[in-house]
Amino acid sequence: MASLNPDRRMQIYGALLMLPAAVLLATFAYLPTIATLINSLFLPGFRGEPASFVGLENYALLIEDDTFWQVARNNLFYAVGTIPTSIALALGMALFVNARLPGRGFVRMAYFTPTILPMIAAANIWMFFYAPQIGLFNTLLEGIGVPGVNWLGDPAVALSSVIVMTVWKEAGFFMIFYLAALQGIPPELEEASNLEGTSRWSFFWRVTFPLLMPTTLFVLINALINAVRVVDHLFIMTKGGPNNATNLLLYYVYENAFSFFDRTYAATITVVILLVLAVVATVKFTVLDRRTHYQ
Amino acid sequence: MNTSTASPARASRRFSLPRLETIAAWLLAIIWIFPLLYAFWAAFHPSEFMVRFDLLAPLTLENFADAWEQAPFARYYLNTFVLVTGVVLAQFVVCTLAGFAFARFPVPGKDVLFMLVLIQLFVFPEVLIVENYRIASGLGLVDTIAGIGLPYVASAFGIFLLRQTFKTIPRELEDAARVEGCGWMAILLKVYVPLAKPTYLAYGLVSISHHWNNFLWPLVVTNSVESRPLTVGLGVFSAPETGVNWATVSAATLLSIAPLLVAFLLFQRQFVQSFLRAGIR
Repeated sequence: MASLNPDRRMQIYGALLMLPAAVLLATFAYLPTIATLINSLFLPGFRGEPASFVGLENYALLIEDDTFWQVARNNLFYAVGTIPTSIALALGMALFVNARLPGRGFVRMAYFTPTILPMIAAANIWMFFYAPQIGLFNTLLEGIGVPGVNWLGDPAVALSSVIVMTVWKEAGFFMIFYLAALQGIPPELEEASNLEGTSRWSFFWRVTFPLLMPTTLFVLINALINAVRVVDHLFIMTKGGPNNATNLLLYYVYENAFSFFDRTYAATITVVILLVLAVVATVKFTVLDRRTHYQ
Repeated sequence: MNTSTASPARASRRFSLPRLETIAAWLLAIIWIFPLLYAFWAAFHPSEFMVRFDLLAPLTLENFADAWEQAPFARYYLNTFVLVTGVVLAQFVVCTLAGFAFARFPVPGKDVLFMLVLIQLFVFPEVLIVENYRIASGLGLVDTIAGIGLPYVASAFGIFLLRQTFKTIPRELEDAARVEGCGWMAILLKVYVPLAKPTYLAYGLVSISHHWNNFLWPLVVTNSVESRPLTVGLGVFSAPETGVNWATVSAATLLSIAPLLVAFLLFQRQFVQSFLRAGIR
């Protein structure tokens, strides 16, 4: 080592420091990503035969698979159903607790608490509401003489029920980012606008909301990722049913890999998820990172 | 960073909400906390009071006893505790080393490597369950606690946060330590790590909550009581088809969220600030 010049030594030292992370990232992120891409080009070998290369056949199967399209539509509907609502609620919550409000601490705690529960626990709790006979919602409905709804068993309602529960779980998390951003807005702005007699409504739309734009984009990216990443609640609430009405992409991957044991088809669906994430990542690194610096 | 609790001077400049909005804020808060309160109600009362709100309903701990008896929750607690501690400590070590290298060492191609690391912010272990399961089984890690935790150890997020923090530490401190004869490891441990304490706290809290609550990958990679964490144990226990009594499920749910919930209620500010610090960059 003594013969190396100091620059070279620094380089080697630095590379060694990165080594543990590099090995782990390669093993559990890069390698599986590449293997997923490769596997999507194979069909599984039956009775111990090796898998056979079939080119894009899995993708052709995917395009003809009605269930896949239903699951993809569900996921889109799920994203459209959860994201704008949670963001709007999060912003409303942040505006509430940023103002002078009796019991502000309690209100803030109430909004945020669902965030720290595991999705599984949240799903369990909401099962008490949604269950057909003894669930709280139907008991209350029957109390006022309205026939009960099969919240998770009726294909027309089930996905919306899942969406409501997800919004409840997510909104408080997004709230804290808005709250931090709101506290960064100088109070002089609002004082000045009050002196000029600007209405609170137009102050919000002309000043507050544009200033919060970087936060909104940040929250939006996170919400998009969560919409494809978190399917834990489905295991308790619906198992993707009834008849795939609440099945989401990642849950469909799980089903294919661990219930139907079709690993290559699961890989093909995973590639679709990776593509969605790649789009989100591109948006984040190009649009978002360029715009957030004035925050 | 200016977060949730403002100074008194600022608070006095806060604008009061009109009455209608105060009511709306409270109504929303009550709706938001209600599911949790309801879980408490169901867990502490006999099951016939699930949907009968009688203030005189007898309180009971029976449901907790039942849940504790019907599933090995003590073992699940132990597994989750080992998992969370192990993951967080391993993350601290691995991410500190890598973050330090990215912040201070002239490794060739560093920027490209860093972009490669950032990819993991989007491609998480749970998205790659199929292949990660194969890799875990190839390494003999299926059904072990190490198998649950290992894919998360090299966290892009942790490397990113620590790199940012290390970059803000003035070089003069490092030079001073070197004059005193410290090598690189001593500099890292005596200068950088102590000054990054707030980052470790924030990242640690976020990571603890994430791994306490994580479900999909642990579900896939475990198949016995010996390695299952609480979330998976709870999922197995309360799956509707098992037909477990609801009051018992409710008690089990509270059992598995209690430690984190209590910690959160005690250290609310630290939790919220950690999520913020980790999120806003």
